[in-house]
Amino acid sequence: MDSFQIFTTSTSLVDSVDTNLVLQDTIERIYVGDAYGDIPRGIFIIRGENVVLLGEIDLDKEDESPLREVPVEEMLQIQREEMEAKVRRDKLRNKLLHEHGFSVDNADFGEQY
Amino acid sequence: MLFYSFFKTLVGQQVTVELKNDLAITGLLVSVDQFLNIKLDNIKVVEESRYPHMMAVKNCFIRGSVVRYVQLPAASVDTALLQDAARRERQQQPAGRK
Repeated sequence: MDSFQIFTTSTSLVDSVDTNLVLQDTIERIYVGDAYGDIPRGIFIIRGENVVLLGEIDLDKEDESPLREVPVEEMLQIQREEMEAKVRRDKLRNKLLHEHGFSVDNADFGEQY
Repeated sequence: MLFYSFFKTLVGQQVTVELKNDLAITGLLVSVDQFLNIKLDNIKVVEESRYPHMMAVKNCFIRGSVVRYVQLPAASVDTALLQDAARRERQQQPAGRK
C-alpha cells in the first residue's frame, strides 16, 4: 500500500484496515487420515478477504498429537490416490443420479474454504 | 454498531462460533471489533477428529465475514433490552440503511 495514502473519510480508513497477513517460514501441511506431510513454502502474503481463521499453535499440545509425520512425497501420493478415489465415487454417484432423472451439479457443500 | 456493542458486553463468556465452512469452535470470548472479528481463547473444536489441523491450536482470531452463528449463554442476553436498542437505532436512521 502507498505509504503516503491520505484517508479522506472514516469509511475509507475502515476499508483499508483488513485482515491481511504476511507469513514467514511458511509450511503447507497436508493431512490424510492420521498422517501429515509438510512442504516448505517460504513467505506468504495473504489478502484479508481470503482469511478464515488465524490460530496460535500450542507447542505442548502439538507434542501430544497422535498424528504421525510422513515424507511429503508419500503424502502427495496418498493425497493423489484419495482424490482419484473421490473422483471415481462422484462419477459413479452422478451417473446413478442421472439415470434416475436427477440433475447433477458440481456443488461440493462445505468445502468452499 | 449495535451488535458490536452487544458482543462487547459478552467478553469473558464461553461461546461457540459456527463458521460458514461448518467448523464449530467453543472458547472464551476475548475480544470483538467493528467487523465482528472474534478472538477466542482456550478453544475446543466440535468434532475435533474431522479437523486434525486444529488439534494443537489453543487460541484464535476468526474473521467476522466467515461467521455463520455465534451460540451464546442465554442467561447473559437481555433480549428485551436488545430489542429496545435495535428499535432505537432504527429510529435514529429512518431512511434505509445507514
